[in-house]
Amino acid sequence: MPITSTAPRRSSTQSPVRIVIVGHVDHGKSSLIGRLFYDTNSLPDGKFESVRRACDARGVRFEWAFLLDALMAERDQGITIDTTQMWFKTELRDYVIIDAPGHREFIKNMITGAASADAALLVVDADEGMQEQTRTHGYLLHLFGVRQIAVVVNKMDKVGFSEARFQEVAASVTSYLWSLGLDSEHVPVIPICAREGDNIASPSTSMPWYTGSTVVDALDSFPRPVGGEDLPLRLPVQDVYKFDDRRIIAGRLQSGHLRTGDTILFSPSNKQARVNSIEGWNADGPIIAARAGQSIGITLDQQIFVERGEVISHSANPPMLSKVFRGRLFWFGSEPMTVGRHYKMKINTAEHMVTVEAIERVINVADLSGSDADKVERNEIAEVVLRSRALMSLDDFSEDPRAGRFVLVDNFDTVGGGLVSTDGYADARSSVAIKSTNITRVAHRVSLEQRWVSNGHKSGIIWLTGLSGSGKSTLGFALEQFLHAKGYQVFVLDGDNVRHGLCADLGFSPEDRAENIRRVGEMAHVFANAGVLVITAFISPYRSDRRRVREIAGNLFHEIHVKADLATCEQRDPKGLYRRARQGEIENFTGVSAPYEEPLQPELLVDTTNHQPEESLQALIGYVEANFGARSLGDLLSARESLRAAS
Amino acid sequence: MNHLDTLESQSIYILREAFNRLDRVALLWSLGKDSNVLLWMVRKAFFGHVPFPVVHIDTGKKFREMYEFRDRYAKEWNLNLLVGDCPPVEEMDPTLPPAARSAARKTAGLKAMVARHQFSGLIAGIRRDEEGTRAKERVFSPRGEQNDWDVRDQPPEFWDQFKTDFAPGTHIRVHPLLHWTEMDVWEYVRRESIPVVDLYFAKNGKRYRSLGDQDITFPIDSTAATLDEIIEELHSTKISERSGRAMDHESEDAFERLRAAGYL
Repeated sequence: MPITSTAPRRSSTQSPVRIVIVGHVDHGKSSLIGRLFYDTNSLPDGKFESVRRACDARGVRFEWAFLLDALMAERDQGITIDTTQMWFKTELRDYVIIDAPGHREFIKNMITGAASADAALLVVDADEGMQEQTRTHGYLLHLFGVRQIAVVVNKMDKVGFSEARFQEVAASVTSYLWSLGLDSEHVPVIPICAREGDNIASPSTSMPWYTGSTVVDALDSFPRPVGGEDLPLRLPVQDVYKFDDRRIIAGRLQSGHLRTGDTILFSPSNKQARVNSIEGWNADGPIIAARAGQSIGITLDQQIFVERGEVISHSANPPMLSKVFRGRLFWFGSEPMTVGRHYKMKINTAEHMVTVEAIERVINVADLSGSDADKVERNEIAEVVLRSRALMSLDDFSEDPRAGRFVLVDNFDTVGGGLVSTDGYADARSSVAIKSTNITRVAHRVSLEQRWVSNGHKSGIIWLTGLSGSGKSTLGFALEQFLHAKGYQVFVLDGDNVRHGLCADLGFSPEDRAENIRRVGEMAHVFANAGVLVITAFISPYRSDRRRVREIAGNLFHEIHVKADLATCEQRDPKGLYRRARQGEIENFTGVSAPYEEPLQPELLVDTTNHQPEESLQALIGYVEANFGARSLGDLLSARESLRAAS
Repeated sequence: MNHLDTLESQSIYILREAFNRLDRVALLWSLGKDSNVLLWMVRKAFFGHVPFPVVHIDTGKKFREMYEFRDRYAKEWNLNLLVGDCPPVEEMDPTLPPAARSAARKTAGLKAMVARHQFSGLIAGIRRDEEGTRAKERVFSPRGEQNDWDVRDQPPEFWDQFKTDFAPGTHIRVHPLLHWTEMDVWEYVRRESIPVVDLYFAKNGKRYRSLGDQDITFPIDSTAATLDEIIEELHSTKISERSGRAMDHESEDAFERLRAAGYL
């Protein structure tokens, strides 16, 4: 190294702790780093003296930041824009400082550093208090998963070492961190004066009222980052090798433990196999177990087709499967993110093309408020809904911080990074699993068209979706009565009715709702294939569930949005359910405590807020007659008539 | 896992990413300790195999011991070794200082090799702690069509999601040892008993701490004749690893200019 002594010379069985120092520009990050080096004896010999002499010669007051500048200048040979790494050591252990410049433009480099940090020091000027970058950096630390934070209130000399001012600044930072969801009670807040070395490595004599830890103590008391060993097994498949007679599945254990003989589950393919061996090279004897952090290779007891991107877990604690999730992301693309745009998403070792289905809110880091927006601009943080065509293996960030994060790529560039939230979305695993084996489909000898011709109308599914109280059941039963009188083969599947029988085992969680809709969809499909016009009356609040029925039933599926605004439904409240939901007696009640996702392109929209029930019914009848009535049979019917004539 | 295990696992992950994500990849083998460690971990990552070519850019001015080492282990480890020649020094940028100009031959040889084999990825054993500009590097570091490196506009790199999408004609340098230190390398060499060129060990009070071309690389004063002694020496020294590499020290920006133009 040309410059500093800062590379670790201590041989260590433990990795250095990676520290990122962030905060608003000019709040004293560089001074703090310079002082930390000095107070921990981590500076190269003579460096301090030479900088001091240079200051004296030029008649300027010595600043600790000069020391850092001098180190950086030598190290960087003129290039100063980036995260660099500098080592220092305390009596306890080694640290690497990942320098994070405070200027707004450098945020791309800052997150490169912050995302790999084990802990952070957030520097705040005692006089100026929290500023824009204090909040942004605090938010980004949170977003990028740095949970061990110490707040350093610097330049206490500027406020006369006032305890009252310190408490004021400390309270505002603590409450901000708390509102981010950090356990801010356990975040140390340390009053320092970096220039004089107060509370850096030794307690300050100017602030006898402060009895907490010094910066060095606070660093040393951060627990070592845990390696994810206590979390359920996640082993993303990185590659499959066939260099010799072994077929080795390679990857790094992100969390948990794996042993030979374990039964493992692959997601999203939902295949299972047993671990035959854990392979190694130059290893002492056979390997029987592996744990979080290890790069390994395994062979299986059977030849199943798996590829990069699948996530290996145990079947007891699998990731969730879904085509849609909510992401909280930081955007640094030069083009704004907009609804409908496609991006390549990388998550673990998988890649998916995703579409931005919705931008739910753009977050203002100053007060954490959200606002509606139709695009996300560079350096903004937003909550968005992302959808892919294929099922994705997903872990919620709050449950598994390593697995639950993703990046987005546009063309050749990484344009954003974010965290996965699966909250409110259903696990689609049950839908991909055909549990019975040795089954084959058998063809009917009576075609659907033959059934239509003999009934005199087409069959299909009139899928009524809408809030509770929007009028689905009322309309559905009225439509059934009318059509029956006209000679239709027609039947209503109603939400409350099936929950007494077919779906009596299901509740109202997102998973149970999804399964309820799946069963109803399958049953409606059978009815429709039997020639019956099926009318369903289910809230069916999730797009993904309705989409799945469309996948099951194809062209037979007709989505009808029975639309009434929440206030109207709540006013009608035919079963008194809204009242009970508002009182907290009913959980997961759509519109109150669970989402309703409106159809984006329903075949028909029936507005029951602004129209009388009779008008709504006529609209439905008109739709049915046009799409299912005798005339819609057209050529099929004339074929029957010509058959009749012939006989 | 201990420190060396953590480093090794991360490097293996990076090597496997490079092999999977990049079409035509090769490993640059300078015959020094770092690229030997790298080669060792390739064999671990791929269970005893080296599934891509190993490239030695030969300036023709290496030490005899290095050529012997290369020929012996290329055979013993069953390597697909590609040796690339370098153009004469007269063809190099005349504004560079003499040693940097000599070292620039290696860049030219490398460019020719990349062009000939259309490599989209080159794996190299550089480390952040070696030298200032290398501290700026990314693990997956894109190079332009002229092999150039734009240090001021580098892709963000986080959560082990590396840059694996890039325009045709450009290539990626992959740096699996970026997070290692010189001390880590020697401790790993000792733990794994990895062969290294004899020149690293002291003879007659001198040893090489970093190996390059004979005429621009100089030994340091040392009595460290074993791995244990080298590690012991590193604990106390405050002299930089590349102090014996003339091109680093000729002028303020010589090495930066070399690297921006494609030097490792």
